[in-house]
Amino acid sequence: MTACYLDHNATTPLGTPAREAMARAMEVTGNASSVHAFGRAARKIVEDARASVAALSGVAPANVIFTSGGSEANNTILRGIDAMRITSSVEHASVLDAADALRIPVDANGIIRLDALALTLEGATGRILVSVMAANNETGAVQPIAEIARLVKEHDALLHVDAIQWAGKRPLFEISAYADAMSLSAHKFAGPQGVGAIVVKDGVAFEPLIRGGGQERRRRAGTENVIAIAGMGAAADAAMNAVGDHAKLAGLRDGIEKALGDAARIYAKDADRLANTTCIAMPGVAAETQVMAFDLAGIAVSAGSACSSGKVEPSHVLLAMGASESEAAEAIRVSLGPDSTEDETQTFIAAWRDLHARTGRAGEAA
Amino acid sequence: MSDTRRPVYLDYQATTPVDARVMDAMLPFFTEAFGNPHSTSHSYGWEARDAVEDARRLVATMINADPREVVFTSGATESNNMAIKGVARFFEGRKGHMIVPVTEHKCVLESAKYAQKLGYDITWLAVGADGLIDPAAVKDAIRDDTALVSVMQVNNEIGVIQPIAEIGAVCREAGVYLHTDAAQAAGKTGIDVAAMNIDLLSLSGHKMYGPMGIGALYVRRKPRVRLEPLFDGGGQERTLRSGTLPAPLVVGFGAAAQIVTSERDIEATRIGDLRDRLLKGLQQRTPDLYVNGSMEHRVAGNLNIGFKGISSEALMDALKDSIALSSGSACTSAAVEPSYVLRAIGLSDEDAHASVRLCVGRMTTPDEVETAIEAIADAVAMLRGGTSAASVA
Repeated sequence: MTACYLDHNATTPLGTPAREAMARAMEVTGNASSVHAFGRAARKIVEDARASVAALSGVAPANVIFTSGGSEANNTILRGIDAMRITSSVEHASVLDAADALRIPVDANGIIRLDALALTLEGATGRILVSVMAANNETGAVQPIAEIARLVKEHDALLHVDAIQWAGKRPLFEISAYADAMSLSAHKFAGPQGVGAIVVKDGVAFEPLIRGGGQERRRRAGTENVIAIAGMGAAADAAMNAVGDHAKLAGLRDGIEKALGDAARIYAKDADRLANTTCIAMPGVAAETQVMAFDLAGIAVSAGSACSSGKVEPSHVLLAMGASESEAAEAIRVSLGPDSTEDETQTFIAAWRDLHARTGRAGEAA
Repeated sequence: MSDTRRPVYLDYQATTPVDARVMDAMLPFFTEAFGNPHSTSHSYGWEARDAVEDARRLVATMINADPREVVFTSGATESNNMAIKGVARFFEGRKGHMIVPVTEHKCVLESAKYAQKLGYDITWLAVGADGLIDPAAVKDAIRDDTALVSVMQVNNEIGVIQPIAEIGAVCREAGVYLHTDAAQAAGKTGIDVAAMNIDLLSLSGHKMYGPMGIGALYVRRKPRVRLEPLFDGGGQERTLRSGTLPAPLVVGFGAAAQIVTSERDIEATRIGDLRDRLLKGLQQRTPDLYVNGSMEHRVAGNLNIGFKGISSEALMDALKDSIALSSGSACTSAAVEPSYVLRAIGLSDEDAHASVRLCVGRMTTPDEVETAIEAIADAVAMLRGGTSAASVA
């Protein structure tokens, strides 16, 4: 078993508050839609968690709809709102693949070209839905949501923000203040896998993706996932105070980048980035080779996002930022968590240097 | 569970408690083995992936499928939506008809209405007074352009077991897909997708002593079943169902399936005895009691019974501190309309309103059954005219 987990953007360890809340919820048998005492106990857990997620998001509980996760949340909004869709070229696959959309290019740091967005909005007719992520899962680059929202509002368009990597790292009200709809995933902020949420403004209507019983105010059918929802609620409560801890990670992250120096190529380095994320290329060494070597050294990192890390295609995010295919294929993602330590980043730095030296020599020999 | 202050739980078709063995299997994956099963670059991910694949094999074994035919979802509602909408979208413009019995779960009916919006004709198939579907009626309803027949294996309200194997034979002969909502069947009656000629089958974890928030859709590989995914993204589950798989829930579902495979027959005998005691006890104590749906073709745990002249809301209210039961399915149990299932088998509004669903399950004890008989009989007697059972006796 590896000991140095530096892949928090793929999934976070379940936090103690979530674990404890889930253990309590496991004591309750009951379908939250049943009217008897067991059902009411389950209902209370769900509604308490909804209030917690609402508080983290800076909205009212009625604006929170639980889903099975971030992919479902993104698909629900992208598919459920009949409109001309505009998104960016660096979005998560669950946005890009959900519906046909115009893709706004990004600059070399992965930031959406606002001039291109403005031009596209001017040329658009009818109902428009703009969907952008708050922070990128591969590079950590933060999009200028306030400015994007201003353009979107000028054209009476709707704004959906994939805030999945943002939640737990920066204040969500900074997003919900602008977004008509927002996607969240619990397991990216120390909650459990298998639960997420859509946060919608009042009056934002969409066609539900999953129909059936009248759960979630008829916006998402299916028996409520009570235990996981309890975990998400507790994780949301904990995340209220996590923003400061996250900001401190910038020191550790910057330490890695500084130590690797000119030997490494860092993507989105000049952008406002999430404090825990760095996307590092080792010139001349395939990302697959790197992650395997790091795993042998007890370090868990990834080549791109987890969902696509089984594929061999280079990252669409880095390509959109102007990297060549061979450059993109040399990049790995390191994502720290609140419990990451200086020892761990030093272990990573040493392993990186070691691999760099070894492969460099191999290259010379060949 | 011996806590006397808690009501007796007789609502096992709404949800089941998580079996302690399932919980033990799940817990490590909430804590030390927390990896994303789709992370391929490190051992955290591999460990979670291996556990997910073990669970997939266990679920496949339960229904006699190949593991590659099992797609994990967030639950049976999603599975049912995925099967019906997915087939409807794939064959849009090429086929134009589906067959759906009127007693299906709400999420099946709603998904069929979505297909209707895409232009499909739907034959809303009637059921008999016993709640059962006649395979010959399915055969008669099949057209040249029929894409799908969707029949639940076990009804969620009256517990009747549909003749799926016969319907499967009809569908296979006609070259029409058969989708089966087996959420209420798993653990209660045998499921064999090969022998029954089932093409798509929905499962739910929390109806079989596994966790909520996890289910599966079986998708036949040979002959290959074609359908559009309900949602897209990272391309997990062979691109049929994107999104990070919740490894702990998947592991729990697998453990629950393993218990079903090894213990279902013995459990059905025990639960059937308890259910029969419950019915006999109530029949002895309560006149004018009627059973809704076939008793012969019914899962062991289910009873759906009416008490002439009372209202189920009043009965549930009278029993709220002693028995947890329901007047229909959980998703609609807050609604005041009479059950559409009971109406479909020919009950009047009044008789449907006087009916309740009682389900015994794995954790039910003989003492709880005795307690339930006493409490229900007393409550019915009280509601029928203020005569308590005690004063009758």
